[in-house]
Amino acid sequence: MALSEPSASGRFGEFGGRFVPETLVPACEDLERAFRSAWGDPTFRDELDGFLADYAGRPSPLTECHRLSEDLGVRVLLKREDLNHTGSHKINNVLGQALLARRMGKKRLVAETGAGQHGVATATVAALFGMECMVYMGEVDMERQALNVFRMHLLGAEVVPALSGSRTLKDAVNEAMRDWVATVESTHYCLGSVMGPHPYPWMVREFHTVIGTEARAQCAALLDGGVPDVVAACVGGGSNAIGIFAGFADTDAELVGVEPAGGAAVGRGVPGVVHGMRSYLMQDEFGQVQEAHSISAGLDYPGVGPEHSFLSSVGRARYEQVTDAEVIDAFQLLSRTEGIIPALEPAHALAWISRDRAELAGKTVLLNLSGRGDKDVGQMMEILG
Amino acid sequence: MTPSGALDEGLAIPPAPGHHGELETALRAGRDRGRKLLVPYVTGGLGDEWVDIVRAVADAGADAIEIGVPFSDPVMDGPVIQAASEQALAGGATPVTILDRLRGIDAGVPLVVMTYYNVAFHAGHQRFASSLAAAGVSGAILPDLPLDEVGPWAVAADAADVETVMLAAPTAPDDRLPRIVARARGFVYAVGLLGVTGERDSLASSSLTIAARVKAVTDKPVLVGVGVSNAAQAVEISQVADGVVIGSALMRRVLEGEGPLGAGAFIAEIRAALDAG
Repeated sequence: MALSEPSASGRFGEFGGRFVPETLVPACEDLERAFRSAWGDPTFRDELDGFLADYAGRPSPLTECHRLSEDLGVRVLLKREDLNHTGSHKINNVLGQALLARRMGKKRLVAETGAGQHGVATATVAALFGMECMVYMGEVDMERQALNVFRMHLLGAEVVPALSGSRTLKDAVNEAMRDWVATVESTHYCLGSVMGPHPYPWMVREFHTVIGTEARAQCAALLDGGVPDVVAACVGGGSNAIGIFAGFADTDAELVGVEPAGGAAVGRGVPGVVHGMRSYLMQDEFGQVQEAHSISAGLDYPGVGPEHSFLSSVGRARYEQVTDAEVIDAFQLLSRTEGIIPALEPAHALAWISRDRAELAGKTVLLNLSGRGDKDVGQMMEILG
Repeated sequence: MTPSGALDEGLAIPPAPGHHGELETALRAGRDRGRKLLVPYVTGGLGDEWVDIVRAVADAGADAIEIGVPFSDPVMDGPVIQAASEQALAGGATPVTILDRLRGIDAGVPLVVMTYYNVAFHAGHQRFASSLAAAGVSGAILPDLPLDEVGPWAVAADAADVETVMLAAPTAPDDRLPRIVARARGFVYAVGLLGVTGERDSLASSSLTIAARVKAVTDKPVLVGVGVSNAAQAVEISQVADGVVIGSALMRRVLEGEGPLGAGAFIAEIRAALDAG
């Protein structure tokens, strides 16, 4: 099955929808109309492709890991989203949304960020297009990702700490939504993952499908027209995963999302509704959303994009969990065997490959290396001493 | 298989029942006597005195009372209600403990629960609606459940005769408002401004605009909430609307330590101003 458009109410199976305050409903409807129109407009597509190539540096390469593969007994291919401008896959989505916002006449962007990668990407395109930019970031994340906070300041964005709840990504989303409720007429909410109310999960997926499309062709060239046995990616909200899954959903490749054990919405959650969507959600017996706990600020989220819940529920993708300790090992493993320091987020996917290498022996695994590790070096320096 | 073929439950919106429930009957009766309607909001489960605060605002002249059932992620709420919700949750409040206390409260006016949709969704629509009815709660406000998604909840709420209050936002286009008021039971909650709950220095002009727009398309009681902060603002907006919801201004006083006496006095002051016109 290829990944398809959601239903009229924005559902992937039973997941998705548009659970937002009445104030935001017209804005979501406008956005859906604008995206549909732009996505079918060759002029918009050409413009976006131009920025993806000349500004973001696409296509990103596919790297075969010779030493790592020998070490693990698993043939590992990396889709190098870490080499994009701003250091992660996030630029694909924000270029699309910023161009769309400009087309809609909105001059201000608000965004939430966890590790800061989406915040940096949003601040970057705001600078590029001369837009005002405000980024909400959990106070805890501002501490552990101080470098990205400074990058956002350099790019001219305002960074506002989210002080409620767990003071991480979940709370940053709350603050961004509260901002949008108050500023909806002038502001576009540049949501950073395949989550939130319809049309975001679909729209953000479409902006990231370029990852899977490129990887499919690159794998075909490398594998004599074939596809890898497994396509693996880390999952917080799930945007890099859905982007690479999109290129292989209609093949026999197994799709594997890797969640942090402390933020495993698919693995440990039950269906719930928060941040505009129905999806798997970590919550207590009364429906209060639980706080996620992960070494990686970018995956520290108790929910997940609704299409991942759908793909899991129909068995098209499976979701594994890894621990912080396994992630720390994987972070070092890739650094030492391939000379690539990964972000902690994609290190989750590698941690799964490494842990389950017996099961994967002899197989070819495509891993979406969604970001580079520069932002995490300070944190790892403290952990590894 | 394609997702598009799945049941699209979000699109089916059952018509509201023709009869008036307890809440709407009481509010219509008040309005028909020439009274401006006053609905204070009290966060359930906050401290030991919250039930006494509910009784105090009832005695001070409330026409109905909103009981907040706190949720971990209240996206429509500003700092005051957020703080009240966090404190209540930290103190162990749950929907079950709050409804248990409401069951015996005998406030003398209808009670309306205000919470977020996941609390109802997680409990199960039927189970949550029945638990509200069993606790003597007349209505429910779910600010993150817009018209388009209200169907499955509305079926269960209607069956339990729990009146689902609908919100009308300043951003709603003209063709949406009639659909919202048609589905509203109890009253129509006109959102006074673009933004979250909280006090403002002056009444937003959008309050008057949305109140007039909603009044033009319904004879159901129309109350304005979000940003109505004091007696003067309540009087001003009630020139157009049938009444007001007062939340953050009351809960700020409660958080600052004012007990039932202070809360009652604040609501009595607004009551008196509304009665004086």
